[in-house]
Amino acid sequence: MSKFRNFAAGIGGATALTLVLAVNFGDRFVTPLPDLPEREVVIAPAPVADAVMAANADTAAEGANFGLGRPALPEEVAAWDIDVRPDGLGLPEGRGDIFTGEELYIAQCASCHGDFGEAIDRWPVLAGGQGSLTDDRPTKTVGSYWPYLSTVWDYVNRAMPFGNAQSLSPDEVYAITAYILYLNDIVDDDFELSHENFAEVRLPNEENFYLDDRAEMELAAFSTEPCMENCKEAVEITARAAVIDVTPEESASEEAMAEAAPAEEMAAEEIVEATATEAAPAEEAASAGPDPELVAAGERAFRQCSACHQVGDGAVSRTGPHLNGVFGRTAGSLDGFRYSPAFTEAGEGGLVWDAESLHDFLMQPRDYISGTRMAFGGFRNDSDIDAVIAYLQSYSE
Amino acid sequence: MSDETEKTGKTGEAPSRRAFLKGAALAGGAAMVPASVRAEPDPLITEVQPWAQFLGEGVDARPYGTPSPHEAHVRRRHVEWLTADPISSVNFTPLHELDGIITPNGLCFERHHAGIAEIDPGDYRLMINGLVDNPLVFTLQDLMRFPRENHVYFLECAANSGMEWRGAQLNGCQFTHGMVHNVMYTGVPLRLLLQEAGVQTSGAWVLPEGADASAMTRSVPLEKALDDCLVAFKMNGEMLRPEQGYPVRLVVPGWEGNMWVKWLRRIEIGDQPWHHREETSKYTDLFSDGRARRFTWEMDAKSVITNPSPQAPITHGPGPTVVTGLAWSGRGTIPRVDVSLDGGMNWVQARMSGPSLDKSLHRFYHEFDWDGRPLLLQSRAHDSTGYVQPTKDQLREVRGVNSIYHNNGIQTWAVDETGVTENVEVS
Repeated sequence: MSKFRNFAAGIGGATALTLVLAVNFGDRFVTPLPDLPEREVVIAPAPVADAVMAANADTAAEGANFGLGRPALPEEVAAWDIDVRPDGLGLPEGRGDIFTGEELYIAQCASCHGDFGEAIDRWPVLAGGQGSLTDDRPTKTVGSYWPYLSTVWDYVNRAMPFGNAQSLSPDEVYAITAYILYLNDIVDDDFELSHENFAEVRLPNEENFYLDDRAEMELAAFSTEPCMENCKEAVEITARAAVIDVTPEESASEEAMAEAAPAEEMAAEEIVEATATEAAPAEEAASAGPDPELVAAGERAFRQCSACHQVGDGAVSRTGPHLNGVFGRTAGSLDGFRYSPAFTEAGEGGLVWDAESLHDFLMQPRDYISGTRMAFGGFRNDSDIDAVIAYLQSYSE
Repeated sequence: MSDETEKTGKTGEAPSRRAFLKGAALAGGAAMVPASVRAEPDPLITEVQPWAQFLGEGVDARPYGTPSPHEAHVRRRHVEWLTADPISSVNFTPLHELDGIITPNGLCFERHHAGIAEIDPGDYRLMINGLVDNPLVFTLQDLMRFPRENHVYFLECAANSGMEWRGAQLNGCQFTHGMVHNVMYTGVPLRLLLQEAGVQTSGAWVLPEGADASAMTRSVPLEKALDDCLVAFKMNGEMLRPEQGYPVRLVVPGWEGNMWVKWLRRIEIGDQPWHHREETSKYTDLFSDGRARRFTWEMDAKSVITNPSPQAPITHGPGPTVVTGLAWSGRGTIPRVDVSLDGGMNWVQARMSGPSLDKSLHRFYHEFDWDGRPLLLQSRAHDSTGYVQPTKDQLREVRGVNSIYHNNGIQTWAVDETGVTENVEVS
């Protein structure tokens, strides 16, 4: 990792420069803080602070200070300090192979990132794109762009699957990370990733990142006294937003839009299906339906579902099927939605959604229908489930 | 009450935004009639209006005040095609509806990576760990017992104007420039908390981490953390809004918004940067040679004319006209802004107004007598280091069109004879 150390040294230089700039024009409007001894005098007379300072005597003796806060326990640090660095610092022991990773990936990741990392809708693409960074439209993936494998491990571990973060075991994160490497043709199918071989894996694009060099490349060039009069002979309009016409409705002037020619290629490429998303308020529930308070609680709890599912006026299927009319619907039966084979089978086997079956499914989705693509791990308590069921029921007639 | 009064009372109620714009354009077209000429006396003056006659609501009717219903169109908006889902997405500050330099709390743009974390302040904990002598845990009450400071700072997303690299695309300064806001923060200097924990001599970097479901992390050099970062709990005098990190967020003055970690739960000290997702796969600037800049933290000087702009056309016709806008720099203050009415052929210095604070939005005005001819409006910020905001073409020459972030090029609005305004680029 000597290369890395050099790099970190470079950073030190850059930040020193930053600090100089900040000192030069910072603090003109800053209320200066009193010096430390003065602050101690302010705090000291308070009996509560005295007690805390006594408990924290070491801290106070070392010249730090206010005696506020309490020591973090090792178990607490272990629970929150989950970050991982390129040199492997922070990685827990564990291992996972491609085969295990594929199973987990299909179950937990593919509904957004696609079976081959190609991504559904505008969710992040994870694989491919090698050699595309100089293209007109680069594809930035783990294989084509990301500099360090530790970033993949860290992010999967801290934030994935989307909507059920920090639910994967270390072995599972190793396996999924290994599978993402495999999808990017960086390892063979007999590869196993572990804490032992982690630092040996280098991503192809690591060398192509460099430190902010605006200070050398831009600041001087952009710091000259500009022209004020007769700076150019003529001015022509070279591009018009109205021609592209991708501004949300109700915001640009209609008259400007009326001038617009038919949309050009750029617009067609940029626009991904736009669908109405505003869910109707719960008050619109049928009068004979479930308890309004429960429905309102369900609307709140449904946030855990709304990354993938829509319900209400204008709801459409996205990552998950829309849930209008889910009550009484046969499982896996919504036209046009690509269910997991397990879900389709469950429907063919006669599973119909009602309060009871939804309850059991939402408690432990993957136990109830083994092989479902739904990444959600289940609600933690019955009251959320009952509320969500009431909420869904309000959109089922 | 006369029929006339009844009628005016009704039409006076919140017209739709679209109807307003339509009316505005008509007024612009027929605008040669001086405003002072009127055939009939104005019933709004000659007749007693209901609000002048009858009693209004008492003091407790609005215990937390909200804007007039006539201002219902003043709101954050998002661009649906930008992202896969509103949970990990962004909306935009309606800059064209605001004046002065302070952004109202409810209009500050939002950017979430896993939605809004809802945290009971009693459940809030902040941990400091890593290369420190004393790993500590603070409650919110603990934080509020440290000495506080107040500072006005802008927060700009690195991707602000990122949709405009390939040319004019979105018709409205809310969408082209609305990923910026400016509020007064109250908070504890991060250096005091770090002193409390005792940073070891090997410490060189800090890693702030959010408590939301994306557990947002960024590597911040220790020098910056000790310099002017704040652990803030109030904005514009009141507690942070949930969507801005309630109850505690990090403030990293002048640096890209992604580093201002919301729902701040932990600060780790280390001897190297972590190279996490938001500083490798995102928030790095890809150039046309296939290489990418990293750690581009400071926000370059930038400005935009907020009025007129596509969502706020000129509706009054020729005559006295106010051009106004905002300017800011992550490296200091904005002593000067130039304005051009002819697409950059000729420039005049705008009038700066309001406080000039370090790393804060600045307000500028240029008043002129519009003769009704088409305009190509531009503004150009100068910051206190002598940096002058470049044109978009100057930036593209250095960076290409695929860097997404840090687009601070000069914006052009084309105003036609009727006052209708459009986002354009010029030669």
